[in-house]
Amino acid sequence: MNTQTKPPMIKAKHQRLVLIVFAVAALIGAGLLAAYALSKQAAYFYLPSELVAKPPEAGRAVRLGGMVEKGSIKTQPDGVTINFFVKDDKARVPVRFSGITPDLFVEGSGVVAEGRMEGTTFVADNLLAKHDEKYVPREMKNMSTAEAKAVISETK
Amino acid sequence: MHGFANPARFLRMARWLMPLMLVPGLILAFGAVAWGLFMVPPDRLMGQTVRILFIHVPSAWLGMAGWSTIAIASLVELVWRHPLAGIAARAAAVPGAAFTAICLATGSIWARPTWGTWWVWDGRLTSFLILLFLYFGYIALAGAAQRDAAAGEGASRVTAIFGLVGAVNIPIINRSVVWWNSLHQPPSITAGKSSIDAAFLYPLLIAALGFTLIFGGLVLARMRMLLAEIQTEARLRRKAMA
Repeated sequence: MNTQTKPPMIKAKHQRLVLIVFAVAALIGAGLLAAYALSKQAAYFYLPSELVAKPPEAGRAVRLGGMVEKGSIKTQPDGVTINFFVKDDKARVPVRFSGITPDLFVEGSGVVAEGRMEGTTFVADNLLAKHDEKYVPREMKNMSTAEAKAVISETK
Repeated sequence: MHGFANPARFLRMARWLMPLMLVPGLILAFGAVAWGLFMVPPDRLMGQTVRILFIHVPSAWLGMAGWSTIAIASLVELVWRHPLAGIAARAAAVPGAAFTAICLATGSIWARPTWGTWWVWDGRLTSFLILLFLYFGYIALAGAAQRDAAAGEGASRVTAIFGLVGAVNIPIINRSVVWWNSLHQPPSITAGKSSIDAAFLYPLLIAALGFTLIFGGLVLARMRMLLAEIQTEARLRRKAMA
């Protein structure tokens, strides 16, 4: 910086611009790094493969999130207890739950179970249904994309 | 940009631009919400509750757009000392906070029947609640700075600095559902792609356009109000001196 020797100095506003852009970039970088480093601690739930690879100690309250395996929901004779499997692409965990399930709790859909491990079974106190990012009208859920497009173009 | 630095010229422009944004904005927003309420088919899983989408999602976008406005205006205020930038930033705070609150309230109402809970402390929900608290802090700070300036203690840059620093939360909100396992689903609309069926997507986009125009109109209205306040105060002070 030889601004003192050269009379046409850097304009004050340019100096401020550079300073602020650097400060904001550093700040956002720090914030994102911190948030990214939190990724494990800030996770709302464990995936089945994480739970199988590193099981938490028995009795500790944890959350398990994944897909409800198709065809796995079995209602017990008492009528309120259900057993099902929660899976991701690598592992599956058997889950037991007694109580009322949310509307969106269906096979093949996402779920977050709050509870604890008892042996190899996850005993859930509470079930939260997870919605996926897709929004599809009811009449079109069984159609392929091409069929749905055809229906939409017909109704226009 | 300094062409608009003259408040008189800005006020002349804002006078016709404000209704030009508010009126079409209200028409589009009401039309799109009515479309969403009465004409859109129910969702395959959520059924009728999907209709809250048309208020929840535009409010979420504008809650974040509000702080982006504050951050950009604060940058312009700090670097170029543009006289209207600070006013624009302060004017965006209340509408931004209102949309953030609407997003949190509708989200909570939506979560009860779909997820089975009013609230969870996952990454998306928590970072969005922090956004609302940042707005409250900003509004309080801007008010305090204005009272100090009126008391003749000189304009303070602390409000603008807070506006810039708070912008750190915006990319965190955006990435929260990607980085962390969260109960909130990942984004449905990403660059050039949408997993929302056209039956929901068109009313959603029109609602978003309408809400954005309303937001712009409100910011202009609040800028006019803040400028009028400053003028009144200056006039009163001149009278007191004379």
